[in-house]
Amino acid sequence: MSTIAQASVPPARASGARARLQNWLPRLVLAPSFAAILVFVYGFILFTVYLSFTDSTILPRYGLVGWANYERLWRLPNWWIALENLAIFGALYIGICVVIGLFLAILLDQKIRGEGVLRPIYLYPMALSFIVTGTAWKWFLDPGIGLEQVMHHWGWTSFHFTWIKDTEMAIYCVVIAAVWQSSGFVMAMFLAGLRGIDNEILRAAQIDGASTFQIYRRIVIPQLRPAFLSAFVVLAHLAIKSYDLVVALTNAGPGRATELPATFMYSYTFARNSMGVGAASAVIMLMMIASVIVPYVYAEIRGGGNER
Amino acid sequence: MSAEAGTTGARQSRLSRALLYALLIVFAVYYLLPLFVMLVNSVKPLSEIRGGNMLALPHEFTTAPWKSAWNEAQIGVSATGLAPYFINSILMVVPAVAISLIVGALNGYVLTKWRFPGANVVFSLLLLSCFIPFQIVLIPMARILGIIGLAGSISGLVLVHVVYGIGFTTLFFRNYYEAFPTELIRAAQIDGAGFWRIFTRILLPSSGPIVVVTIIWQFTNIWNDFLFGASFSGFDSMPMTVALNNLVSSSTGVKEYNVHFAGAIIAALPTLVVYIVSGRYFVRGLMAGAVKG
Amino acid sequence: MAFLEIVDLEKSFGNVRVLKGINLEVEEGDFLVLVGPSGCGKSTLLNTIAGLEPISGGEIRINGRVVNDLAPAKRDIAMVFQSYALYPNMTVAGNIAFGMEMRGIPKAERDRKVAEVAKMLQIDHLLDRRPSRLSGGQRQRVAMGRALVRDPQVFLFDEPLSNLDAKLRVEMRTEIKRLHSSMGTTIVYVTHDQVEAMTLATKIAVLKDGVLQQFGTPDEVYNDPANIFVADFMGSPAMNLIPARVDAGAAEPMLVLDRGSEEPLRLPLNGAAPKLANAVGGDIFFGIRPEALTDPDSADRTASHVAHGECTIEVVEPTGSDTFAITRLGGKPVVARLRADARVRAGEPMRLAFNLDKTVFFDAKTEQRIA
Ligand SMILES: Nc1ncnc2c1ncn2[C@@H]1O[C@H](COP(=O)(O)OP(=O)(O)O)[C@@H](O)[C@H]1O
Ligand SMILES: [Mg+2]
Repeated sequence: MSTIAQASVPPARASGARARLQNWLPRLVLAPSFAAILVFVYGFILFTVYLSFTDSTILPRYGLVGWANYERLWRLPNWWIALENLAIFGALYIGICVVIGLFLAILLDQKIRGEGVLRPIYLYPMALSFIVTGTAWKWFLDPGIGLEQVMHHWGWTSFHFTWIKDTEMAIYCVVIAAVWQSSGFVMAMFLAGLRGIDNEILRAAQIDGASTFQIYRRIVIPQLRPAFLSAFVVLAHLAIKSYDLVVALTNAGPGRATELPATFMYSYTFARNSMGVGAASAVIMLMMIASVIVPYVYAEIRGGGNER
Repeated sequence: MSAEAGTTGARQSRLSRALLYALLIVFAVYYLLPLFVMLVNSVKPLSEIRGGNMLALPHEFTTAPWKSAWNEAQIGVSATGLAPYFINSILMVVPAVAISLIVGALNGYVLTKWRFPGANVVFSLLLLSCFIPFQIVLIPMARILGIIGLAGSISGLVLVHVVYGIGFTTLFFRNYYEAFPTELIRAAQIDGAGFWRIFTRILLPSSGPIVVVTIIWQFTNIWNDFLFGASFSGFDSMPMTVALNNLVSSSTGVKEYNVHFAGAIIAALPTLVVYIVSGRYFVRGLMAGAVKG
Repeated sequence: MAFLEIVDLEKSFGNVRVLKGINLEVEEGDFLVLVGPSGCGKSTLLNTIAGLEPISGGEIRINGRVVNDLAPAKRDIAMVFQSYALYPNMTVAGNIAFGMEMRGIPKAERDRKVAEVAKMLQIDHLLDRRPSRLSGGQRQRVAMGRALVRDPQVFLFDEPLSNLDAKLRVEMRTEIKRLHSSMGTTIVYVTHDQVEAMTLATKIAVLKDGVLQQFGTPDEVYNDPANIFVADFMGSPAMNLIPARVDAGAAEPMLVLDRGSEEPLRLPLNGAAPKLANAVGGDIFFGIRPEALTDPDSADRTASHVAHGECTIEVVEPTGSDTFAITRLGGKPVVARLRADARVRAGEPMRLAFNLDKTVFFDAKTEQRIA
């Protein structure tokens, strides 16, 4: 990606009203989008930030209360649960997706017959709504009818799998479903990275006597740095925004055991009539995402500029 | 790349090949399992699910759950099935995709071929807007939709999806047109074509791939959206995902798992079909949206 | 008044000055070649003439009319691009006809003109193809066809041959020259290839870093370079530029060339002497083209002054038609062009003939020509 000035065609200056219109046309075309983004994104962000300093409850109100909402937010056990869950979920989700994705990509890269069949199978969950994924896994992990029953039917009667009903373990069910949905996509990213590696370098390494394992460890994987970075950014971004999956899979339960910042924000804003706290939690979420995205975009833009 | 088995014996290599394929198949089973579970159990009677093995094929094949999910099941207060909400989703997706596509194409065109001072600022703002967590705009958006009279309407959802979609569509087209030779634009200028004619005669006819990628990306995202649907729709304007969630998580009455599964498949069908028909473009969109964005 | 006039032309991108006060006058029917190293501003200059880049200062006149503020389509020009810039979604015929379509010329007339031009360029059998199904040479012809069909006052070419392989390039070069002489239309042609410049041009403008270095006929630019840059840039193999001194001498100033461990070589200055009077004792660059530095037998018999000197040959490079011998003078390798069968061996001394009619002298500091 590069946003550095490139040769483009500036309008030739011309006289006359029509020509002047031509010169302004590009700006006019871009103007509605620009206005929409200014209002609906940046204006709204400012508005939400503002709300987070007000005494808004069920509706926005404009009495300023300083940092009160933030103080309240950080005293709420539910918020701490949400953050703790996000830490567990985020770390496992990113970690397992990367491991499975890389592993699958390497396996698929061994001149596999049938790659054309396998790849779409690994990737199709990405086309599904999280609500669909949540529904499927909700019942599949359900002790009453799902996996546990299957095992019992197959004769393993002592098998127990009740994580989804267990306040301690339910968050790991979210991880299971989320990994199922996204790991194929991470595989695709790594596979693209692997295919981009210069074959001659690998031949040179072979001639140097490196084993397949060594070639991957010493030469291939280090060259996948950009893919690792992209995967991390995309997954972190998805994790912080995660909402639908939790709603469909556990509805943040049992109790509030699988609360995440996104579900927290929604319930405090719209169900618990604490819009000020909800706004404050949304601001924190924005800051979390910004801390991942901004350095990445900045590096991308700078890197892109250097390459040219 | 591929690493060839160096000097290892043929037998060992055949063994490791077998292991390789076994692993790949195990993973394929893992990814297909939930789809299999949904499919198989959507054609079983409820009793067979409750008492039986979820991974077993149906003893008694029935299409009743599908019928129920489509137009009988209780969603919220009314027993309409998912059909009206499926229509809602279509009424929402088609205009939202079309508008954001056109706007994105024009933006990309201007941002690459008619740059003006400040264009980079506009692009950066659009680009960053792709990443915001939507929670940050939920509250003001609900207010604004109320003020302009679009609260709880499909038009309101279209507006929301267009506004938060143009960042991505612009990014897609900008990156595509960036690689489009500027000399072609210059040649067309010398030939006497202006702003619109260059766009319609020169750029658009060569934009097929990116149009497909963008449509798929937007279609998938908007169809699958839940947050905006849950936040801004009314009973009559609920999109499919919200209706499905209502169906599955309603706490009243018996849990009709088979109907839930049928409903989930119905909700997944449009995007799955798109994926199967145009997988290549789908992946390209994902990569462009993820890696570039 | 010239046909194409460029007066004090300035062009900046942001605060980067890319063209710095360019002045050029081209007569009707001239073939002007803009030549210079990559990045010197040739394409930018051409684009300002085309109206594709707005100018920051100065004036451009075509046939007496100031075109500064005129849109490209209104300037009565046609352009051929380096990448050919063929519209990928249109057929060859569609590409050629697009400009006429934009100007509202009726279909029948368009078809007639397309057929005419296609015949002239021998691409009539390709008219229904898309550019992606053409070879490089064919694309080149289509791009030319698109320009020709406009019948403009000025043709602009931006490195039109640089994407072709060597053989095709020579072929197309000849073809362009033939087209020019048969149509007589004014051409401005950009290239970084000085051989192309020499073979095609009636006028050459040498650019460096946005500054016009020299503007003249190919003969002037080749034989009377205005400065070291032009001398070095034009000609292949390049002119020998030898660090030298001017010595007061006994009777008249002499040129002194270092020969390493041996006694320095001293050459008479003859006609150049008066101009070099000021340079006595100072450092200069002595320029002599390889073809003016030969074995005594191949020295130009019409030359009025030929001097001889003994030089040690370091490397011998036979090319078949000639043999190049490399010696060392003023501490730098110097190329002499010998007959193919000249008897010469590396490491041995040889007597070389210096054609003093064809020598040039540059100030070592300013790098400008002094004689
Ligand atoms: N649109 C532009 N914006 C900024 N700089 C440009 C632009 N076009 C060309 N330049 C700069 O102007 C100089 C001359 O470029 P150009 O005319 O393309 O050179 P060339 O002689 O190789 O054709 C280069 O240094 C180039 O980087
Ligand atoms: Mg150029």
